[in-house]
Amino acid sequence: MKDPTKQIFILAYVLALMLGSQVAFGTTLKVCPTCPYTSVKEAVASAKPGETVLVEGGVYQEHGIEINKPLTLLGRNNPVIDGNFKGQILTITSDNVTVEGLTLQNIATSYRQDDAAIRVVQRSNVRILNNTILHTYFGIYLQNSDNCVIKGNVVAGQDVTGKNESALGNAIHLWYCDKAVISNNKVSGHRDGIYLEFVKDSEVKDNLSEHNLRYGLHFMFSDRNTYTHNTFRKNGAGVAVMYTRDIRMEYNTFEDNWGAAAYGLLLKDISNSVIHNNTFRRNTTGIYMESSSRLDLQRNDFDRNGWAVRLLSSCTDDVFKFNNFTGNSFDVSTNGDSQLNRFENNYWDKYTGYDLDKDRVGDVPYRPVSLYSMLVERVPPSVMFMRSFMVDLLDSIEKVLPSFIPENLVDEQPLMKKIEHDNDRKLAQVLR
Amino acid sequence: MITIENLRKSYGKLQVLKDLNVSFGPGKVVSVIGPNGAGKTTMGKCILGMVLPDGGDIKLDGQSVLGKHAYRSQIGYMPQIGRYPENMKIRQVIEMIRDIRKDAKEVDEELIGLYNLKSMYEKRMGALSGGTKQKVSAALAFMFNPRILILDEPTAGLDPIAAEILKSKILKEKKRGKLILITSHIMSEIEEVADEVMCLMDGQLKFHETIAGIKAQANEERLGRAIAKIMEED
Amino acid sequence: MNKIIKYVFYDIIRNKIVLAYTLFLLLLSFGLFNLGGSPDKGILSLLNLVLLTVPLISIVFATTHFYNSYEFMELLVAQPINRKKIFMSEYLGVACSLSGAFILGVGVPMLIFGASITGLYLLLTGVFITFIFVALAFLASVITRDKAKGIGIALLLWFYFALIYDGIVLFILYAFADYPLESATLAMTALNPVDLGRIIVLLNLDVSALMGYTGALYKSILGSLWGIGLAFGLMLVWAVVPLASSGRIFSKRDL
Repeated sequence: MKDPTKQIFILAYVLALMLGSQVAFGTTLKVCPTCPYTSVKEAVASAKPGETVLVEGGVYQEHGIEINKPLTLLGRNNPVIDGNFKGQILTITSDNVTVEGLTLQNIATSYRQDDAAIRVVQRSNVRILNNTILHTYFGIYLQNSDNCVIKGNVVAGQDVTGKNESALGNAIHLWYCDKAVISNNKVSGHRDGIYLEFVKDSEVKDNLSEHNLRYGLHFMFSDRNTYTHNTFRKNGAGVAVMYTRDIRMEYNTFEDNWGAAAYGLLLKDISNSVIHNNTFRRNTTGIYMESSSRLDLQRNDFDRNGWAVRLLSSCTDDVFKFNNFTGNSFDVSTNGDSQLNRFENNYWDKYTGYDLDKDRVGDVPYRPVSLYSMLVERVPPSVMFMRSFMVDLLDSIEKVLPSFIPENLVDEQPLMKKIEHDNDRKLAQVLR
Repeated sequence: MITIENLRKSYGKLQVLKDLNVSFGPGKVVSVIGPNGAGKTTMGKCILGMVLPDGGDIKLDGQSVLGKHAYRSQIGYMPQIGRYPENMKIRQVIEMIRDIRKDAKEVDEELIGLYNLKSMYEKRMGALSGGTKQKVSAALAFMFNPRILILDEPTAGLDPIAAEILKSKILKEKKRGKLILITSHIMSEIEEVADEVMCLMDGQLKFHETIAGIKAQANEERLGRAIAKIMEED
Repeated sequence: MNKIIKYVFYDIIRNKIVLAYTLFLLLLSFGLFNLGGSPDKGILSLLNLVLLTVPLISIVFATTHFYNSYEFMELLVAQPINRKKIFMSEYLGVACSLSGAFILGVGVPMLIFGASITGLYLLLTGVFITFIFVALAFLASVITRDKAKGIGIALLLWFYFALIYDGIVLFILYAFADYPLESATLAMTALNPVDLGRIIVLLNLDVSALMGYTGALYKSILGSLWGIGLAFGLMLVWAVVPLASSGRIFSKRDL
């Protein structure tokens, strides 16, 4: 900053930028308490397609705003649109609408209709960016809308402890929407953080979903989606995937989903999917798998979960490879003996074998299912004997003389050392 | 002083005392004799409440003692084989008993002095010889000046000098009007100290007679023979 | 009675076992708290050891102590002291010194590494378990005069409560898996003081989330102060019943 010419140059540059933006918003309708338009609804109604409605800072007591032409609705200096619990705030019934930078708040719980702060009905190319949505029933609700972007929004509900599921809506709710991008959102305090039903070829990434009553991310009948780098924390269950195929789940973190019926990842009737490089930390159950087949689970970390993996016998052809299992109460549990899944080259901290030929692979197989975990799966009340000495004894005997635990559920080549995934994970973060 | 009425006691199938009836008065030394297993020790332990009788009654000055414990302050007991906590020292045992019996008005330390126990005060009970243990037992039995003394084979294991000391102590206490029950097999000793002899056989009273009476009855000068004679008679 | 307890204490302190026990617990607790990372984890690891070693040491120590105190008791029985008093003094002397060792050995590290209500429950459980197993030890000791037999019975009792019982219950649960067993499990765990103690502590740690529906049932009962009171009350019964029956046997037996 010693050079005065440089300072002037920067000033000029900034001025040029501001001028430029003025030019970009050439046809802009301003809304503010002292502007020609004092209500968003009026401005939106008067705007022509392709124009921008710029909402300045202030609080607007409005609801039932319908955007039925391609517009950009832009908030500057934190404008707040307060629905006052009277109904839906924004309904978008046109393609190519952008809603950005608004704070929308206060929508009442309704049992007759799913009122949302922003609803998109049967349209495409809608962009919902950097909004803050507070105290709503549903937050962002898209139905039959393709190619939409939901990015950088904060959707915060209420404290859900002790709440009834039916009294809460979802933060981000998509129904029959293809090719959506949902990224960098922070959702909390709803029934489901992100809810996808019949959503295909979409991408969900870099979101944080926490403190939701039911699921952090919930999707059903939603094939060919990708979920990466999301964090699901302290939800009833982290992620529930049901009746779906061709999913990629990578680099997600599932943590502290802890409670009597909590899961990190709940898989039910899912197939042909990839679950790589995720971290499951301190969940009651890391992954619960039911009727799921042809899943590829690699390079995941399972740390300090109650059950790392509950693999029901209805699962087939799933592969577990290069995963770390550390500090879990139970590594793997199952309810039956028909086991057609494969465990290979995982690291198990409970493994007590040896490696005489120094190839970093244990010389004796590891059986991740303990007798007691089988018993608990079959007779749930027997969980009350957790940490009883008898249980440890039974497990030790079973380990030496296996007779009850499934013959096939075995890692023939357990690794001797924990796998360092962090290096490639850090690299991935940089690349991102 | 002590009245035993229909006292019965059995250990399992073995009947040790069968309807024993006997009474003792003050100022007497009574020697309880009888073959091994006749029930001498059991009788003593019944009086002390260490063994609980199956039937009958034991009265002290007309009061039943069964199920009570306070009366034991009037009885000094010297067991046949004194058993003491092994890692306690003599001093600690004596001090403990005195501590427990703090309410006793009079403390008689004569035997402690005569047996020179104080010089061994720091020895552990477990390290003592049988004789020394007997000395401790004797000292404890006489310590609180009880009205009644029950001495089970008191001189067994004692050296002659210690035995003499004990005998003179017994006679001394007798003069003070105490009742002293001694079980013993040694006739000379009995003759020396006892006024009466009570003979138990198979848990029943064979006879209870003064020494002079026994000798007269058997027409024998020597007590041992006299007793043997009487026992053979039946 | 206080006087007699005093001498029982003297006797126990003189033999170094209780001291060794205290040191053992101290070392163990410090070690586990250091290893565990979080105090909760330390408590969890401690729980296993407490439920195994405390009953074992309590019952073996109390049984041997009882037999070794025979002379002492004989000496006292000839004195004007109620037998029940002698017996109770022995009991309180042993139980209190073992509990004291436990509180010192586990409580001090706990205070240093973070006291919590769960830690308090663990301490209470340990103390109750001590009183219960000393009572059981005395019961074993008055049943037979033979020291070897008495210790044998004591070890069997320990074996039963610490190990076999759980095995039996697990077997029953397995055999009747098709029936709803939640209440039955509740009843069966109440019949073993070791299980009762384990569950009181576990329910207060966050591993209780692993216990699912059954755990929730337990928590609904044991979660309140009232329920905890009930559980400890039940443990009190576990101490009083063997104590009272062994006291009765002792006052009626010949020495």
